[in-house]
Amino acid sequence: MVSRPVAARRRRPGVPVALLLPALLGLVFLVLPLAGLLARAPWGSLPRRLAEPEVLTALRLSLQSATLATLLCLLLGVPLAWLLARVAFPGRRLVRALVTVPLVLPPVVGGVALLLVFGRRGLLGGWLDETFGITLPFSTAGVVLAEAFVAMPFLVIAVEGALRGADQRYEEAAATLGAGPWTTFTHVTLPLVAPGLAAGAVLCWARALGEFGATITFAGNYPGRTQTMPLAVYLALETDLQAAVVLSLMLLAVSVTILAALRDRWITSP
Amino acid sequence: MRARATRAVRAAVAAAVVVGLVGCGDGAASTPADGAAVTGTVMVFAAASLTESFTRIGRDFEADHPGTSVVFNFAGSSALAAQIAQGAPADVFAAAAPRSMATVTEAGDADGEPAVFARNQLLIAVTEGNPKGVTGLADLTRPGLTVALCAEQVPCGAAARTALDAAAVRLTPVTLEQDVRGALAKVKLGEVDAAVVYRTDAKAAEAEVTAVEFPESAGAVNDYPIVVVAHAPNPAAARAFAAHVRGEQGRAVLTEAGFQTP
Repeated sequence: MVSRPVAARRRRPGVPVALLLPALLGLVFLVLPLAGLLARAPWGSLPRRLAEPEVLTALRLSLQSATLATLLCLLLGVPLAWLLARVAFPGRRLVRALVTVPLVLPPVVGGVALLLVFGRRGLLGGWLDETFGITLPFSTAGVVLAEAFVAMPFLVIAVEGALRGADQRYEEAAATLGAGPWTTFTHVTLPLVAPGLAAGAVLCWARALGEFGATITFAGNYPGRTQTMPLAVYLALETDLQAAVVLSLMLLAVSVTILAALRDRWITSP
Repeated sequence: MRARATRAVRAAVAAAVVVGLVGCGDGAASTPADGAAVTGTVMVFAAASLTESFTRIGRDFEADHPGTSVVFNFAGSSALAAQIAQGAPADVFAAAAPRSMATVTEAGDADGEPAVFARNQLLIAVTEGNPKGVTGLADLTRPGLTVALCAEQVPCGAAARTALDAAAVRLTPVTLEQDVRGALAKVKLGEVDAAVVYRTDAKAAEAEVTAVEFPESAGAVNDYPIVVVAHAPNPAAARAFAAHVRGEQGRAVLTEAGFQTP
């Protein structure tokens, strides 16, 4: 282990203005829209609006589907990230580029693409329906799928970066000491990249929670089944700006609280 | 050789068109009652369902008024109303629902009274060829038939609700779409068997969907109002454009698109 002497930490150079100024500007730019929401929030009617059953239904659905989508992304995305980081196979650069496709694709187009594959007349959808009786569009499973499609690149990119930055000598040492590849992966590699994995999962979850375009296109909008908070916000915007502001704030408050709680518990930040 | 000849012909045609346009453009058409010249850019905020017809009307208007250029911002009516309320530089606002127009007039953002320039009626869009044999609203409740409606918060959904209530049909759709294009797209993709949409949207997609008219739609007609925006950057051209939409040429384009005109 490399332990840095305490004195070295104290001699940290001051913050250059050339960094501080744009950093503060960046922060203001990110936070100002939130201030706009807070300024327009109808605080008086807030409790009544929050207690509406449709709001709670949409919130519960949002949290459930985003969490399931993140689990799905972890299940498929971590192995994919490992493959990209550790195995030199032909066409790796192409695969790496393909992984980012959902990031580049406008989410609505992603939703249409999912329909063309998993829809009733899709490449796999018809077969899934006939063989297993599974229809994904307009179902909660469809919401999870749409969210996972859009959010997975965040996880894969974060985990791959962590894996490539991790010191591979630990894995080699484990192998030398007789650990099989799977044991090495679970007992050495995963703990080594845990912070990157957690960051990727958080990004993935947050993206899934805010997902709108692919969800409404692929899974539609039906209260209790596929209407997540972003969909409810969009429709509220059609009739009642204040209701939309309340819903947005609620989604923000809940997600920030959850992320902060997770950070304290699992991510040891300096 | 041939290329040069073609170019010469093109130039001649262009010159003739320009002369023709100037010929049409001068006189009363480009000088409204208050005497201000109609020129420059007209910023038109129009409902998404007007995309095709207003694009054509805009081209006609530019041809009639040389020196003008019509720029469109197509989106949902309520989103446009919100943008105008936040000070977007709109000259003309054409909404798909009186409610969105009311947002603008009540905020004092309208110059004068809005005028209804078109009406839109609902129909049922079904998979091409109508394989499920849908003949009316009551058929939509058949088991095994999947239906998309617009959400009640948007005009097409409110109109569909009115029509379904009038027909006393209790319908459980699989999705409540954010706008009429979303509902139509689900039919085009074959994900639902039917959707209640506007006649104009079904007409624009007639190659891919089949339209089924139903009598209750007469009781759920949607009015499209238009108004010149207060503090419009180009009020003279704005008034001329609004007049053009309601004029003979504008009405012809709208009728062809499937709208009814007053």
